[in-house]
Amino acid sequence: MKPATSHSRLTRRRVRWAWVFLAPMLLVLALVAGWPLLKTIAYGFTDASLINPEAAQFVGVDNFSFLLQDPYWWASVWNTVVFAVVSVFLETVLGLIIALALNAQFRGRGGLRAAILIPWAIPTVVSAQMWNWMFNDVFGVINHMLMSVGLMQHPIAWTASPDTALLSIILVDVWKTTPFMALLLLAGLQMLPKECYESARVDGVHPLTVFFRITLPLLKPALMVAIIFRLLDALRVFDLVYVMSGNNRDTMSMSVYARQQLIDFGDLGFGSAASTLIFAIIALFTVVYLTVARVGREQ
Amino acid sequence: MTAMKGRGHSLLAASVIMLWVFYCNSVAAAAPARLAISCGALGVQLRLCQEGVEAWSRQTGTPVKVVATPNSSTERFALYQQILASHSPDIDVFQIDVVWPGTFAPHLVDLSSYIDGRFTQQFFQTMITNNTIDGALVAMPWYTDAGVLFYRKDLLQKYGRSPPQTWQQLTESARIIQNAERAAGNTRMQGFVFQAKGYEGLTCDALEWIDSFNGGTLVNSAGKVTLDNARAAAALDLAASWIGDIAPKGVLNYDEEASRGVFQSGNAVFMRNWPYAWALGNAEGSPIRGRIGVMALPRGGDQGHPSATLGGWQLAVSRYSRHPALAADLVRYLTSYAEQKRRAIAASYNPTIKALYQDQEVLAAVPFFGTLYDSFEHAVARPSRVTGSKYARVSAEFYYTVHDVLSGKSAAAPALAALQKKLIRLSRGEQW
Repeated sequence: MKPATSHSRLTRRRVRWAWVFLAPMLLVLALVAGWPLLKTIAYGFTDASLINPEAAQFVGVDNFSFLLQDPYWWASVWNTVVFAVVSVFLETVLGLIIALALNAQFRGRGGLRAAILIPWAIPTVVSAQMWNWMFNDVFGVINHMLMSVGLMQHPIAWTASPDTALLSIILVDVWKTTPFMALLLLAGLQMLPKECYESARVDGVHPLTVFFRITLPLLKPALMVAIIFRLLDALRVFDLVYVMSGNNRDTMSMSVYARQQLIDFGDLGFGSAASTLIFAIIALFTVVYLTVARVGREQ
Repeated sequence: MTAMKGRGHSLLAASVIMLWVFYCNSVAAAAPARLAISCGALGVQLRLCQEGVEAWSRQTGTPVKVVATPNSSTERFALYQQILASHSPDIDVFQIDVVWPGTFAPHLVDLSSYIDGRFTQQFFQTMITNNTIDGALVAMPWYTDAGVLFYRKDLLQKYGRSPPQTWQQLTESARIIQNAERAAGNTRMQGFVFQAKGYEGLTCDALEWIDSFNGGTLVNSAGKVTLDNARAAAALDLAASWIGDIAPKGVLNYDEEASRGVFQSGNAVFMRNWPYAWALGNAEGSPIRGRIGVMALPRGGDQGHPSATLGGWQLAVSRYSRHPALAADLVRYLTSYAEQKRRAIAASYNPTIKALYQDQEVLAAVPFFGTLYDSFEHAVARPSRVTGSKYARVSAEFYYTVHDVLSGKSAAAPALAALQKKLIRLSRGEQW
């Protein structure tokens, strides 16, 4: 962006009109996003109950100090972070491979591009329930397949055992969201300048070197955006965890924890405090990530 | 950045919009009396509700709007909380779950001042007691549910076992049949499936085990926590021994539908479930059609008694209704003998009036109702009445503890002792 050198009448008028055009959107944002957010933060400092919110009393930081001492809250934070980091990592690697494959010229590419989006297009609640059936230890198709090819002797209770429950949820998320990642990266790939590849071909550079020295550095901005997008999404995961294992504390995510307090227990104050902390944790992730990304870019 | 806050608020926002719409409607139609009832909207439920309501409307000339609500009972719970918390007069009659009267009581009308005591006497006493909060009858039982035991008649016959009278007999029969079937090549066969996922369903199942062993009902009617006792621990120890023996490990993540999936695909000998599984198991295309038996749940040993957790739905009148007398009359009509009979015959909803279990027309339409009568008569209520708005938390602490015991993370006796302490603290010294 070019800094304005002189505040001519024209510039000022344009700035004024810009604000006029922005105003409706800002107002809507303040109403639907800003106000609920402030209200939630405010409720976090009260003992409000869902059934009788008017009787709320100010309780200072009680909710937050109790929350910080609750081992189950920290377990849910840990589950969420593990889920987010592992699933986004796998989705990025697989998504990149798929994007590179789809970027090549071959017959039927359009159809294939549309087809891989199917997992992404199915509503999460539906696909989570579907996978839940597939993971079932008695009549589930996954145990059946693994046992018939001889990979396992005994059926595994995928979603019930604490060792595999989070893993199953991560696998379903990878299945569901890899296409989305691939699509984002494919868009990035198609923006890359053709000249670099042509000169690399003329020089006879090995394809792997091309990937690591040309494609990856050029794709980095798109990759960064895709990762932050997915990470923010993964940190507030709710539907997948809730459908696959409900309020189970072995897999509970931060959002599931907050919902249980807020809706099941009707504890508006405490649940709002948890929601506020989720907001803070995700904001923290974003700031750290953007800072690291900026430092990386400047180097 | 704010989208992540959306989950908690989408509900609030949706209900704000709904309330506003209701408000506009009610202003427009303020003059003549007009009621609104919220009843379940799942499949045949909505049609049955509408037919019943229309019949009352024709009798009284009062128009009634049927408001469809979310199917999930937790979503409905949240929506009702918000509607009642805002003192909205827009819904007069609410359909509420059997564990909600304690939470909602401050917002509900005492129906005993509108409905005759003789009318109330026809109902199962456990249900009326459950709905009576601090002396006020806040809801009328509409249709009921209780945990029952389903078994495979053909398999029991094949191995010469009789339907189990105690949990110990069930364990033995399940093990014998399961192992014999597995040895015969039916490797997926399981002895017993139930609901052991960490959710309200596990509270229901575990309450049945503990109560049938005379181990109490978690919190007694005086508010005393009764969990820390040897019989309760024995019940949970027995249940924990099932996992990996007669029950698959996956049962720790089973809800009603997952256990029905195993049973109905022919892979289990016994199943604990609600009566709804009967019709589905005997539906056309079901692999076990005609081979299902249903009975009351077993006793906890020779000293124990049969137990079944009470479920079902009630009708309540909002304290903020503009026409409480009319609304109470609608409730009286919908819960009356004739209307419950119609619902029982049309869609096998379990009546809450005792005499209907001897009604010949009802028994002809739904023959297994006779077997269920005992279960309903002995049904034990979850301690939602005495724990009031803390019930959801009590239930969660309970099912988490039971889940830990079942999955082998902790032994029953120390886990129950710890839970007892936790609940006493939660209840501020059993004052609730």
